[in-house]
Amino acid sequence: MYTASDLRKGLRIKIEGDPYVITEFNFVKPGKGQSLYRCKLRNMITGAQFERTFREVDTFEPADLQQKAMQYLYREEDQYVFMDNETYEQVYLTQEQVGDARNFLIDNLEVEVLLFEDRPIGVTLPNSVDLTVVKAEPWAKGDSVSGNYKPVVLETGYRILVPPFVEEGEKIRVDTRTGAYLTRVK
Amino acid sequence: MKIKGGPDGGRLAAKKDNLRLRARIIQSIRNFFAFRDYLEIDTPNRIPAPAPEAHIDAFPSGEWFLHTSPELCMKRLLSSGYPRIFQICKCYRGAERGERHLPEFTLLEWYRADADYYGLMEECEDLLLHLARVLSGGASLLFRGERISLEKPWARMTIRDVFTRYSPVPLEDALVSGNFDEIMAFEIEPRLPKEKPTFLYDYPVSLGALARAGRSDHTVAERFELYLGGVELVNAFSELTDPDEQKRRFELEKKCRLLRGGVIYPDPVKFLECLPQMPESAGAALGLDRLVMIFCDAGRIDDVVAFTPEEL
Repeated sequence: MYTASDLRKGLRIKIEGDPYVITEFNFVKPGKGQSLYRCKLRNMITGAQFERTFREVDTFEPADLQQKAMQYLYREEDQYVFMDNETYEQVYLTQEQVGDARNFLIDNLEVEVLLFEDRPIGVTLPNSVDLTVVKAEPWAKGDSVSGNYKPVVLETGYRILVPPFVEEGEKIRVDTRTGAYLTRVK
Repeated sequence: MKIKGGPDGGRLAAKKDNLRLRARIIQSIRNFFAFRDYLEIDTPNRIPAPAPEAHIDAFPSGEWFLHTSPELCMKRLLSSGYPRIFQICKCYRGAERGERHLPEFTLLEWYRADADYYGLMEECEDLLLHLARVLSGGASLLFRGERISLEKPWARMTIRDVFTRYSPVPLEDALVSGNFDEIMAFEIEPRLPKEKPTFLYDYPVSLGALARAGRSDHTVAERFELYLGGVELVNAFSELTDPDEQKRRFELEKKCRLLRGGVIYPDPVKFLECLPQMPESAGAALGLDRLVMIFCDAGRIDDVVAFTPEEL
């Protein structure tokens, strides 16, 4: 159990059955008054945000969250199917739960699935993923001015800007946190 | 100069300008009070019986406690023929940590016999003007993008005024529902004028445990808070000198402490025994770290001390 004085940015607590992460935290204590803990919280399932002020008498249950190493298997309509590396059990995430990660999910990718009370609620990718370019305009020589980028399509359907020398069929490394091109992979 | 490495190298080097200004501020405060015939005194930090204030928690230190302010010892001096005294000291308050709070912080506290809270409002104006002229070369300060003019007169508003003006609920309702602090922090403080220092005064008597009740209006305490650039900087009041009334107030504070599960301290008996000898007087406490924040235009209290608890 947490008390209000344990509150800080990044802490994950359970409120009315849902896991929340504290995204902003401010301690105030006007005059000789009571301690007030002003927090912005984000629901880790729905993404909804709200602001609330807690007092020192408030207590909080920690959110039972764990990360498990899993492998991405395939997509089945709106479901993304992962396999637990230890138990070989399959877990399912919706498109909404996968979010932007869907742009970088390729079969057999090793990921971390976030579980809340043993239910999967989200996925964390490695910081970078290597993906194949499936569609690119050929490199027109003379276009190679630095800072000149061209759009290509990756195997996941994700459209990305890359330097002009990247060709169709090549692999590139993409930063999954920013969605940006990092380098060409030989 | 070569900066030494290690865990602190860059961090402490980056604070050097602020720490230099901090030292000059403290020196200038000493000069200000010495010039006005105040005696600098030094009272123990470990005490057997802190004042029982509802929301201020003392750290235990052996069988005793670390003081949360030097108030009780300073008032004993005041009661024994020291009419003008000041002190710059560390104070300790449990579970207080934020952008403007450290559990160990520095307080400037001063007391003056034959003065009331209006006298100390003027002294605050004089002190800040003195510091700005000596340290910033003028009567204004730039803090967080706002220019604060220290030219007199400063704004003065009663708590009733600011509730009428800025609060969505009346003062009485806020007191009954226990929302006074929330409304002060989130409705009123952000709307106070930033271009002028502002005194908020005449707090409800229940919020000034050691302050004298108003001469004409017994529902208010002769207490003020000074806000500078939105920062609560000084708390001051005309001192309560009636021992029976003081005991009653302490009992109310103890009840609040019990309700919120706070530690109940031994009664500060020697302080209470001194009260009949205490002259009419007023006292003020100024958060020195916050004052340095304002002069350094720093956003966090961490920027004006060498070490925060997290860095130890």
